[in-house]
Amino acid sequence: MAEKKTFQRGKLAPVPSGAVIPERDLDKHPILECRRLGIDFGGLHAVQDFNLTIGRTEIAGLIGPNGAGKTTVFNLLTKVYQPTRGTILLDGMDTSGKTTEQINRMGIARTFQNIRLFNNLSVEDNVKIGLHNQEPYSLADAIFRLPRYWRQEKTAHERAMELLSIFDMQDLADHRAGSLPYGAQRRLEIVRALATNPSLLLLDEPAAGMNPSETTELMENIVKIRDTFQIAVMLIEHDMNLVMGICEGICVLNFGQVIAKGSPEDIQANPAVIEAYLGRKKEK
Amino acid sequence: MKKVNKATRKNFLTYALVIAAYGVLQSMVSSGSISSAMKGMLVPICAYVVMAVSLNLTVGVLGELSLGHAGFMSVGAFTGVTAAMALKGIVASAPLRLLIGMVVGAGFAAIAGVLIGIPVMRLKGDYLAIVTLAFGEIIKSIVTNLYVGVDENGLHLSMLTNKLDLGEGGRMIINGPMGITTIEKISTFTAGFLLVMVTLIIVFNLVNSRSGRAIMAIRDNRIAAESVGINITRYRMTAFVISAALAGAAGTLFAMNFSTIIASKFDFNTSILVLVFVVLGGLGNMLGSIIAAAALTILPEALRGFADYRMLIYAVILIIVMLTTNNKAVGDLLQKLLPGKKEEEESHG
Amino acid sequence: MTTLINYLLSGISLGSVYAIIALGYTMVYGIAKMLNFAHGDVIMVGAYICFFATSRYHLPPLLGVLGAMAVCTVLGILVERLAYKPLRSAPSLAVLITAIGVSYLLQNGAQLLWTPNPKVFSPIVGNGRVTLLDGQVSVSHVALVTIASCVVIMLGLTWFTSKTKMGKAMRACSEDKGAAQLMGINVNRTISVTFAIGSALAALAGVLLCSAYPTLVPTTGSMPGIKAFTAAVFGGIGSIPGAMLGGILLGVIEIFAKAYISTQLSDAVVFAVLIIVLLVKPTGLLGKQINEKV
Repeated sequence: MAEKKTFQRGKLAPVPSGAVIPERDLDKHPILECRRLGIDFGGLHAVQDFNLTIGRTEIAGLIGPNGAGKTTVFNLLTKVYQPTRGTILLDGMDTSGKTTEQINRMGIARTFQNIRLFNNLSVEDNVKIGLHNQEPYSLADAIFRLPRYWRQEKTAHERAMELLSIFDMQDLADHRAGSLPYGAQRRLEIVRALATNPSLLLLDEPAAGMNPSETTELMENIVKIRDTFQIAVMLIEHDMNLVMGICEGICVLNFGQVIAKGSPEDIQANPAVIEAYLGRKKEK
Repeated sequence: MKKVNKATRKNFLTYALVIAAYGVLQSMVSSGSISSAMKGMLVPICAYVVMAVSLNLTVGVLGELSLGHAGFMSVGAFTGVTAAMALKGIVASAPLRLLIGMVVGAGFAAIAGVLIGIPVMRLKGDYLAIVTLAFGEIIKSIVTNLYVGVDENGLHLSMLTNKLDLGEGGRMIINGPMGITTIEKISTFTAGFLLVMVTLIIVFNLVNSRSGRAIMAIRDNRIAAESVGINITRYRMTAFVISAALAGAAGTLFAMNFSTIIASKFDFNTSILVLVFVVLGGLGNMLGSIIAAAALTILPEALRGFADYRMLIYAVILIIVMLTTNNKAVGDLLQKLLPGKKEEEESHG
Repeated sequence: MTTLINYLLSGISLGSVYAIIALGYTMVYGIAKMLNFAHGDVIMVGAYICFFATSRYHLPPLLGVLGAMAVCTVLGILVERLAYKPLRSAPSLAVLITAIGVSYLLQNGAQLLWTPNPKVFSPIVGNGRVTLLDGQVSVSHVALVTIASCVVIMLGLTWFTSKTKMGKAMRACSEDKGAAQLMGINVNRTISVTFAIGSALAALAGVLLCSAYPTLVPTTGSMPGIKAFTAAVFGGIGSIPGAMLGGILLGVIEIFAKAYISTQLSDAVVFAVLIIVLLVKPTGLLGKQINEKV
């Protein structure tokens, strides 16, 4: 693993898209920049005018009421849906016309709200599938069992175990992924995403269905992942303790539009956000 | 939580069982202690085993239902036999001619696999299944109307009617609906055994590699597979084409065991027959496919004593096995009715 | 021009038979989500029953048809209860293989009961022809009856599924069985009724098919079965108007391919058209596009 460096929650600096990124990321390219991103489903503007910047080592939060379009944003970033309008720059490179598979190779990995593991395969194989593009031996190497096959399979095994150790899951390596308890499945999805060697990790409701102590552990682990791999993390989450506890920048979405951006403190005090979550106060 | 068995152990068990079965049967053949009916079935059994294992790659490992696998067998049979027959007189050794035939058969079946795969891989589920069925029927129609002959100028080809103008000493190879009628029977049990082994090595080595894992990832969750950077089309195609090529080699082996072969031998019913082997043996379970293919090829023969009733019994057995393995209540009932008789169930995984 | 009309009429007539069979496939698929491979063999059973009723027992043709439909209805319900119902929660491939088993069972049962020797089926409405346009266009009575039955069935089924309680229950079950059950719909009964209707239609199709092509053997149902299945997919499987449209188009294409391209390659042409349609419209002509939610 790369040298470990622990990032403290530092000061935030505003950027042109209106978002804030950690000051430590200021002198580098942002990892992700969305400009006026939008998609229509039929006549409905599911997401519109979405501008966002994420720093290279930032933990960013995307929150909003149900149906606000949060998962749609993830689907746009990973090109599950092709955006109707706008541009997405990943590490300064335009991603238009790319497929989901190419986006992953460019550096975005994700998890899913409704867990999508390879249920019939072992935990280890799930992680190895994440390592697919890191161990690129050919079909002939595999069928004739050439040295390259053995060498790269060995590294793949070691790397998979190392990645599983982030969540202490080495002992589960031989289990069928579909038979794991819910929380372990969520963690395995994160490991699998990390295996693809991303520079931006998208987590869709990582704490859903977890109990408070599991959630606390998850928070620590997300920070640990960012620190060890030095990557950016963007997460969708309804658990406000988690979001306010670890996110540096937060973006609030309602009815497909950004209603607020800023640090956790700014967001908590923002009247538009409170209204979106709790409804408008009755006028006296 | 359920542990996944280490695949390697089971693979070696499969190799060992196949080698042992070959050893036993081969010694029975040489000592003459095997009935001639059984002896005549050895090569077809090998061919069906290869068909079943290769179809299991598409259905069990890739997770797509194919109803036209016999089409690839047909392509392999007719091209392979043509090659082997055209080379008679040029290549003296019969096993070598058979080998060349199988390689040619596999090659053409692979080409057919690519051509069919391009449209097929754009579809999903039942729609994909019906298109494979359609291709199977198209191949049958085309081969039924194909005329191929050979003379000193090489191969001649025509469609629909026999327009071949063969030179002095030329001979017909494929004669339209009559098929090939003058096949030299050069397939042997040993050749069949070797083809089974090669098939197993290819399939096992593929499955236990990054490509195999990618294929299974697509089966289990296509969207997730895409999200971890797997090229869906490429790996679906890889599995489909390898499966087709192996079926082609099996077709050559099968055809060169008979003196005549016609296109309608490789119809929808043959595709279904092989699919039955795969499902009964268990999806993704290669050993199961081998056992099911061998047992169900022998079964109608073993039921010969029941004469007219044998296919009826076959059908009833098929239904009962499906009901007992897939419905707990029916399974339990049968267990009670047949005390002492243990159901041998392969785990579906 | 008149030859074209003649071909078109015989195409529509053949297509009507396919359409009636395809309806059975599509209704069962819509509700039970299974490909009932034994459906083609129900056609054959229906034709045999009608054959024996009219040729051996000299019953009037109408009684023969009704008898065939009654027997096949019972057969359809029995097969569903005994073979498919226990597999309601099993993987779809297991159900498919069971259906294939049932198909073998019916074919070989027929072979034992009625011998593999071909029977010559006498058309239920006589061999007369109606001529139009000074005798240039002629159409057999059988073809007219076939087309008329097809139209009546189409209208009847549309009315049935949209207006009756059972029809609505069917549509509800095909959308979501669990939710339908929670709304108090008896799912098992609805599936049985679907099989009953499909099988009765198959019997009728068998009689009509054999009136046009009078050789009757135990495998008579297989190829029309496969073609009708193709027709159902062609029109968009699960859709009743789709099955109708698919069946008729398939019949017309087949007759035209026979007339203008090649008799031997007509099947290949039919299947090639199917492939092209599916490439352009991956869920058939009138099928619904279902997107997986991410």
